[in-house]
Amino acid sequence: MSTSIETPQPVSIDGGAARPVTGHRVVRTSRMAGKKRFSGLRLAAFVALAVMALGWLLPFLWAVATAFKTETDAASGGLNWIGASGITTQAFESILSQGNIWVWAFNSLWTSVAITVITVFISAFAAYAFSRLDFRGRRWLFVVVLASIVIPPQVLIIPLFYQMLAFNLVDTHWGLILPQVVMPAMVFILKKFFDAVPIELEDAARVDGASRFRIFWSVVMPLSRPILGAVSIFVFINAWNNFLWPFIVINDTLLMTLPVGLQTVISAYGVQYAQIMAQAVLASLPLIVVFLLFQRQIVKGVATTGFGGQ
Amino acid sequence: MSHAATAATRSASATPTPPAARGIKRFREARIAWIFLAPFMLAFLLFLVWPILHGFYLSFTDQSLTGAGGGFVGGTNYAEALGDATMWRSLANTALFTLLSTVPLVAIALVMALLVDTGLPGQWLWRLSFFMPYLLASTVISQIWVWIFNPSVGAANELLRSIGLEPIAWLQNENTNLTAIVIATVWWTIGFNFLLYLAALQNIPSHQYEAAELDGAGKLRQIFSITLPQLGPTTVVVLTLQILASLKLFDQAYQMMGGISSDTTRSIIQYIYEAGFVGYRFGYSAAISYVFFAVIIIVGILQAVLLRQRKAEQ
Repeated sequence: MSTSIETPQPVSIDGGAARPVTGHRVVRTSRMAGKKRFSGLRLAAFVALAVMALGWLLPFLWAVATAFKTETDAASGGLNWIGASGITTQAFESILSQGNIWVWAFNSLWTSVAITVITVFISAFAAYAFSRLDFRGRRWLFVVVLASIVIPPQVLIIPLFYQMLAFNLVDTHWGLILPQVVMPAMVFILKKFFDAVPIELEDAARVDGASRFRIFWSVVMPLSRPILGAVSIFVFINAWNNFLWPFIVINDTLLMTLPVGLQTVISAYGVQYAQIMAQAVLASLPLIVVFLLFQRQIVKGVATTGFGGQ
Repeated sequence: MSHAATAATRSASATPTPPAARGIKRFREARIAWIFLAPFMLAFLLFLVWPILHGFYLSFTDQSLTGAGGGFVGGTNYAEALGDATMWRSLANTALFTLLSTVPLVAIALVMALLVDTGLPGQWLWRLSFFMPYLLASTVISQIWVWIFNPSVGAANELLRSIGLEPIAWLQNENTNLTAIVIATVWWTIGFNFLLYLAALQNIPSHQYEAAELDGAGKLRQIFSITLPQLGPTTVVVLTLQILASLKLFDQAYQMMGGISSDTTRSIIQYIYEAGFVGYRFGYSAAISYVFFAVIIIVGILQAVLLRQRKAEQ
C-alpha cells in the first residue's frame, strides 16, 4: 500500500482506492495477461501455488471423506478416501434426524442477522453525526469511542455476565445479541467513508429543503452501499463464528448457536468420527455457500475493514 | 477531508445567515446530532463503558458467582494474581503461542499473496482454498483437527507412518499439544492476512512494473526492488492485527483440548473463564482480566513506540 499508516485509504481488491460515489467495478486485467510466456519461473510459481492450495484444501476434504464413511471404516484408520464398505450417507442421516443441528443453525442465523442489522444501523447513524453534524464535544466524544477499539471484549465477560443477570437476560437470545452490537471500529470505518462523500451532493438536497434525516437516508446511505456491504459481511462472519460469549450466556440446549451446540456433542458422541465430521461439514456449508455467492464483496470487505480497523 | 475543511466548505456553500440565526441553527444541529448518536451511545455506555467500570470495581471485591461475598478487599486479588503461578503460566503459554503463530501467519500469507498476484489462472480457486478455512467456526476447525491429530487412527499419524516416522500423540503429549494448536490456527486464519496482502499488492500501480520491465529487470528482480519495499506499511498492519489476535487465544485451544485445563495450553483468557465460571470467583477473575488488559495496552504502546522509531529513522 502506498498510503501511510495514519491515513489508510479504503482499499479495493480491484486496484485503486475505493471511490465512494460510484458503484462500478474496475476490471483488473491481470498483470501477465496477454503474455503467453511460460517461463520456468511461472511454472515454478504455479507448482508452488498448487501444492499450497492442495495443502490448504486437504484437511477439509478429509473431513468430507470421513463424513461419507461408515463408523467402522472411519475408526479403522488408514489414508484411503473411500471406506471399505463404500460411500454412505449414514452419518448425515443420523445427524439430521437427531434434529438439534437445525435448531442451532436457525438460532445462529437469526441472532447473527439481528446483530448485523442493529450494529450497522446504529454505527452508521453515529458515524454520520461524527462526520457531518456540529455539536459541542464532538471531537472529544469521538476520541473516547476511538480509544475503546483497543478493549478486547473477552476482558468484559465477568461484568457483562453480571449485568445480564441483573437484566434477567441470561439464557435468552437478547442477552446473546445486545452486548455484541457495540463495535466502535465500524463507527470509525463508516465515519472515514462519510468524510469522503462530496459535501456538494448533500448541499443540493439541502437547498431543496430536505431534512438532515432525509439527506442521510436518501442521499448518503445509497451512496454508501459498498462500504455498508463490507461492514455487514464483516460483522456477520464475526457474529456467526463467535464462541466465548454465547458459550457463557446460553445454557439451554435449544437456544444454543451452532458453534456452541457443536461443542456439546463432542463429548456426547464419544468416538463416532463419521458423525462428528458430518456435523462439522454441515455446519460449514452455509458460510462456504455465502462465500461462493459473494466472493468479490467478501474479499473487498475483509480488505477494507482490515485496513480500516487500524 | 478534515473537519475544518468540511466546516469551511459548509459555510461557504450554504447561503450566508445572519449571526442571530446562526446560534439557533447550531442548537438545532446539535439536537439532531444527539438523536443520531443516541442508539449507539446508549449501547456503548451500557455494554462497554459500564462493564469496564463495574469490572474494575469487582476486581477489588471478593464477589462470587453464587452471590456470596462482594465485600471490598482492596488490592488482595491483584496481589494474589501476581503471585499466582498458574496465571503466569497462562500468560507464558499465550506469549509462546503468539510467537509461534505470528511468524508463519505473516510469512506464509505474504508468499501466498505474492504467488496469487502473479495473475496465474484459477484466481477464484486459490482465493477459495486459502480463505475458506477462515469462514469456519472455531468448533468446526477444532473437530476437524482433533480428528486429524487422533493418536491412533488420525490422518497426521497415518502420514507419519507411511513415510516411516514414529507417530506422535499430538494433543495428548505436553511437548506437542501447543504446536498442534498452532498448526490448526495457521490453517484456520491465514486467509485474512493473505487477503490483506493481496489487496495491498493490487494497489501497486502496474506502470511501475512496466517501467522496470523496459529497464530489463526480471520478475524476481521486480519483486525485490518494487514489490517488497512497498509492502512495509502493510506488514506493520498485518503484524499488529495478528499479534493482538493471537494474544486473545481461547476458542480453539480450549476446544481441541476437550475443555480440560492443561498447563501447556491454558491461555490467559481460559484462565479468566475458569476463575470466574468454574471456580465462581468473579472478583479474582475480574482482577486477572485487568492484568491481561494491561498486557494488551503495553503491547500496543510498544508497537506504537517501535513504529515511531522506524519512522524517525527513515
